[in-house]
Amino acid sequence: MKSKSFLVILSLIGFIILLNGFVSENPYFIITKKDVEVQHPKGFPKVVYEFNNNKPTPDGFILGRYLFYDPILSKDSSISCAFCHQRFAAFAHIDHALSHGINSLIGKRNVPAIQNEIWQKSFMWEGAVNHLEMQPLAPITNPMEMNEELPHLITKLQRNPAYIQRFQRAFHDTIINSEKVLKALAQFTGLMISNNSRYDRFIRHEDTLTSMEFAGLNLFRSHCENCHKEPLFTDNSFRNIGLVLDTLLKDSGRIALTGIVSDYMKFKVPSLRNVELTYPYMHDGRFRNLEQVLNHYAKGDFRTDNFDKSILRIVGLNETEKIQIIAFLKTLTDKTFTYDRRFADPTLY
Amino acid sequence: MNLLGNRNVFIVVGAVILVVAASFCIPAKERKGNGGIMLQFVNCIGDSLVRLDSSLYKNSYGQDYSINRIRYYIGNIKLYTKDGKEGYASHEYFLIDEDGSSPNTCYLDVDPLKNYTSISFIIGVDSIHNCSGTQSGALDPVHGMFWAWNTGYVFFKMDGKASSSKSSGNMLEFHIGGYKYPNNCIREVSLNLNDNDIHIMHDGYGIIVIKADIGKVFNSVNKIDFSKISTVTDFHNATTIADNYKDMFSILKIKDEK
Ligand code: HEC
Ligand code: HEC
Repeated sequence: MKSKSFLVILSLIGFIILLNGFVSENPYFIITKKDVEVQHPKGFPKVVYEFNNNKPTPDGFILGRYLFYDPILSKDSSISCAFCHQRFAAFAHIDHALSHGINSLIGKRNVPAIQNEIWQKSFMWEGAVNHLEMQPLAPITNPMEMNEELPHLITKLQRNPAYIQRFQRAFHDTIINSEKVLKALAQFTGLMISNNSRYDRFIRHEDTLTSMEFAGLNLFRSHCENCHKEPLFTDNSFRNIGLVLDTLLKDSGRIALTGIVSDYMKFKVPSLRNVELTYPYMHDGRFRNLEQVLNHYAKGDFRTDNFDKSILRIVGLNETEKIQIIAFLKTLTDKTFTYDRRFADPTLY
Repeated sequence: MNLLGNRNVFIVVGAVILVVAASFCIPAKERKGNGGIMLQFVNCIGDSLVRLDSSLYKNSYGQDYSINRIRYYIGNIKLYTKDGKEGYASHEYFLIDEDGSSPNTCYLDVDPLKNYTSISFIIGVDSIHNCSGTQSGALDPVHGMFWAWNTGYVFFKMDGKASSSKSSGNMLEFHIGGYKYPNNCIREVSLNLNDNDIHIMHDGYGIIVIKADIGKVFNSVNKIDFSKISTVTDFHNATTIADNYKDMFSILKIKDEK
């Protein structure tokens, strides 16, 4: 009698373990409460996106992670966010000057990294998007990118048993709507924080820089800092750095948004964190490598009248100085971030 | 002259039907105490109700046009009492969607029997709601009233056709939005209320019927020539249209049929 009930209990335990194996979304890697705590690295400014009404939870984050890696977000289920935003490239698209979207359509912009988004006031190269939560609507509905209609996407998710469960777990009710899709994605992309490059460890006195890198840092501070402001390496402003309009793409930057003449060819100052990985460079990927970028600044061949005069001080940078600056820029590569398993494809890890 | 009279009959009958329909549309559980006020938006061209697709209208240049969609946001609704004080303010947004069937009502949780002297609201979505991230209800982007490429709501959307339009397919597309200077298209509207403008229904509800004369969008302070302006989908010409749509509202007088 005794051994019989023992057996029953044992098989019950076995059953529960088995069930857990099926139900658990993360058989290989568990996302814990600690994994979704928002870090406020020392020395970083106050965040812009405070996760108001959207405090990250493991289940909300996991939902966002699935959505980010799932081509269900595109019209013909061919393209996911991760298709364009690759983890190993700090979520930029390596080696692609311009984005590639649905049906192999080529977009008109270079894919930027996704990192430290919660410190950004606006998104996209000309600042067209004003809120992290609203950002995914742009790629989802862009006919050149995912070409999906929001009501159709919501219907697809509402019919998908796995997503019904994930939404239920994340938000504790059965309603699936755009608000929840966007909030879950913001939990995922909002937690993509890069603050552990060699530069960061140097600042925290945990690592050293070589003399070349250190010379580069000093040059950087005197020539680049006013726009690429530490520690985020952007001041969130829009500037014209004298790039000529590409007559095929006809992307004249912020002026198309505001209609203000002085905004001609102004683009957002991009962060330079992980810049080694995010080639090619500029809003249209016109420069293949950092040497070309530095040559642009050093040559001083600025061909728009309203370029930002502060770049004049960079003109005439010599070869050694360029090499030093590039050596410094490479200390901004953050392997802790690009290898962070929290941001990996949930179907693989 | 006679024709105009007929149209007036039409509009009164139409409005009354909508009013009655609306009173059935409010779920019983939302009805409280004395009721509340329902704001009913009736989209018209001149004196007749808008008919989508089929009817042809004329702008001030005598150019024909037809309409196949009208949608706009109404928000910040306020009612003022005699002493000029704000008697009521609503923080909700309402999407007025002319699809020919559902009544376009905004429910205001307010005492209908007070003596209100004016009502004000905005057409558009204020800058706070344009910048606060994802929202549900009327402001859910699924309604197609949101610009993803330039974060912000489309305040007013009118699609149609005009033979004089130079756009492909003779399309008319007036999608107006923008909450930032100098392209701010939010417009505040203020209308005086007389005692008999609030119609008290048998169940204690008050109804205010607001006529929106869509024709004014092309013919008010600015006269729109469709051969020159047929699509407005970003800041170009947006405020020109916004300065017109602010004039399209008036209180519709209905004779009380006791
Ligand atoms: C077809 C390629 C493509 C797809 C798919 C795509 N993006 Fe992007 N993403 C881009 C490009 C290109 C930009 C820059 C766009 C611009 O400036 O106009 C961008 C910009 C961004 C930014 C702003 C970065 C910044 O700091 O300004 C974020 C965040 C982002 N994408 C997240 C996502 C999410 C989430 C998804 C999935 C819903 C997604 N992207 C899908 C190509 C893509
Ligand atoms: C006047 C402000 C300003 C100054 C000073 C400045 N930059 Fe930039 N930088 C920008 C802007 C704006 C862009 C983006 C331009 C575009 O895409 O059209 C940019 C782009 C870049 C990029 C490409 C990044 C990417 O992801 O595509 C690199 C690398 C870069 N800058 C490095 C530097 C260095 C190194 C210095 C100093 C020698 C410097 N910048 C000085 C404003 C500035």
